[in-house]
Amino acid sequence: MADSAHLEALCPQVRRDILRMVHAVNSGHPGGSMGCTEFFVALYFEALQHTPVPFDMNGTNQDVFYLSNGHISPVFYSILARSGYFDLSELATFRKLNSRLQGHPTTHEGLPGVRMASGSLGQGLSVALGTALAKKSNGDSQLVYTLHGDGELQEGQIWEAVLYAGSKGVDNLIATVDANGQQIDGSTDQVLALGSIGDKFAAFGWDVLDVAEGNDLAAVRAGLAEAKARTGKGKPVVVVLRTSMGHGVDFMAGTHKWHGVAPNNDELARALAQLPETLGDY
Amino acid sequence: MELSALINQGNQDTRSGFGAGLLELGRTNPNVVALCADLTGSLKMDAFAAEFPERFYQVGIAEANMMSMAAGMTVGGKIPFTGTFANFSTGRVYDQIRQSIAYSGKNVKICASHAGLTLGEDGATHQILEDVGMMRMLPGMVVINPCDFNQTKAATIAIAHYDGPVYLRFGRPKVPNFTPADLPFEIGKALTLRSGSDVTLLATGHLVWPALQAAEKLAAAGVNAEVINIHTIKPFDEEAVLASIQRTGCVVTAEEHQQYGGLGELTAGLLAQHLPTPLEMVAVRDSFGESGTPEDLMAKYGLNEEAIVQAAHRVLSRRG
Repeated sequence: MADSAHLEALCPQVRRDILRMVHAVNSGHPGGSMGCTEFFVALYFEALQHTPVPFDMNGTNQDVFYLSNGHISPVFYSILARSGYFDLSELATFRKLNSRLQGHPTTHEGLPGVRMASGSLGQGLSVALGTALAKKSNGDSQLVYTLHGDGELQEGQIWEAVLYAGSKGVDNLIATVDANGQQIDGSTDQVLALGSIGDKFAAFGWDVLDVAEGNDLAAVRAGLAEAKARTGKGKPVVVVLRTSMGHGVDFMAGTHKWHGVAPNNDELARALAQLPETLGDY
Repeated sequence: MELSALINQGNQDTRSGFGAGLLELGRTNPNVVALCADLTGSLKMDAFAAEFPERFYQVGIAEANMMSMAAGMTVGGKIPFTGTFANFSTGRVYDQIRQSIAYSGKNVKICASHAGLTLGEDGATHQILEDVGMMRMLPGMVVINPCDFNQTKAATIAIAHYDGPVYLRFGRPKVPNFTPADLPFEIGKALTLRSGSDVTLLATGHLVWPALQAAEKLAAAGVNAEVINIHTIKPFDEEAVLASIQRTGCVVTAEEHQQYGGLGELTAGLLAQHLPTPLEMVAVRDSFGESGTPEDLMAKYGLNEEAIVQAAHRVLSRRG
């Protein structure tokens, strides 16, 4: 059982990391990162069974996570560092020359915790399927998790993978969709409406779990526990996680404006004032 | 090795060499798995699928999913071999290969059949002539284009022992099987099939046998041609190529591929930097293919023995 107080404390601290990282290089994607903070905290500090050190690329007898929407790398890096995959101080190198913390996650520079490059959208679910099938073949009973943006579901390859997983009953797989309703050009409804995400996955043979309060830590923890309980029953599981982009800072929440824009000095100061430094900045 | 040792042991398709190699791998390496996008028979993967059903993944007509799945399977220690036509193994899935396989450095073997014009009657939509160029451009990608059944089988087995992404290109028609069945396949090591001092013929894939035939014709005309089988396009055996051309002073390249991005341009780039030498390319000239029999197509697009002979005479006259 995870320490609830520690998990609660992580959320504002991870958001501070995200904002300080993107501010330092005046680039990166804070909005989606902040919206998914509770998910990452609940996943890496409770749901996921993993061994950060020594890092095993093959993830043998561990759960494996893939970030398919790689642009929200700031939250991923913060969580990996705070989970012990690498030193917290390395967050200061984000997006700088010769860093292992590339703009989008990659295995290319050997960063522990990353098992596949992502950034070009739509590939992560297929990758996860491959690992899930390898685990079954190896008699490894651990699970494979993914995270996708809702806008990412507009990529055709996602539906190839959704079809395969449902059709073949790949039931050691939990995909999560960050349903924040936003993408670069505006709301998903304006750009290319997705309709009911849950109904679509269900029609492809998935077990669908809707988490209405995706920025409520208790709700996310309960949702991931429920998702895990539904694995091994012949169907892949999808969590439709209703989040708010930019959650945690009042002037950044609920808009696509902060998708790929860093705060300036004044904005950073105002944002950090809303986020207590609970565990120490990097 | 001399031409006298290289007799046609009987026509066979290179894709069957792949199928035979894959089956042998199934029996010797438990980590080898195969994925196919609804072309099991065409790729000759059926024997593997029948003997190792638990290691064969039918993914349906969804090549993008197949490529990324293969990448994901390496996380777990598998050695995935993907099988579909060359067109659907490259152009259709370039971004998946680029990000999830090449950039991520995953141990995936991309096995591509029906490459080039010899696919025949299905026509230009399926006759990819740009695949070698596309795959060559990816950092770290090994590109192999074997010449016959035996070499394709040996290459299939060899790439399982190499840790990293590989593009293995082969074809549909039955062609002469002439390399020894027990010849080991060395990735990146050019194979001199016939020694000569007047002109170097660099050939890959289905053009190797015609190059050997062309060398015989040239010999009858008093021209002593050296024939080198470039089965590995990348890494390119620069040392062997330069050593031969240093002696002959002129070169013809022959490939079933678009001239852009293929063996000809690769050789030209090498020579321009290290050993400027007259070069003639036997390749498709900025064109798509079309329907027809493999033989008619290879003749129309100038990819046969006769074309190689003529190119050799042209390059000899340029060398003077």
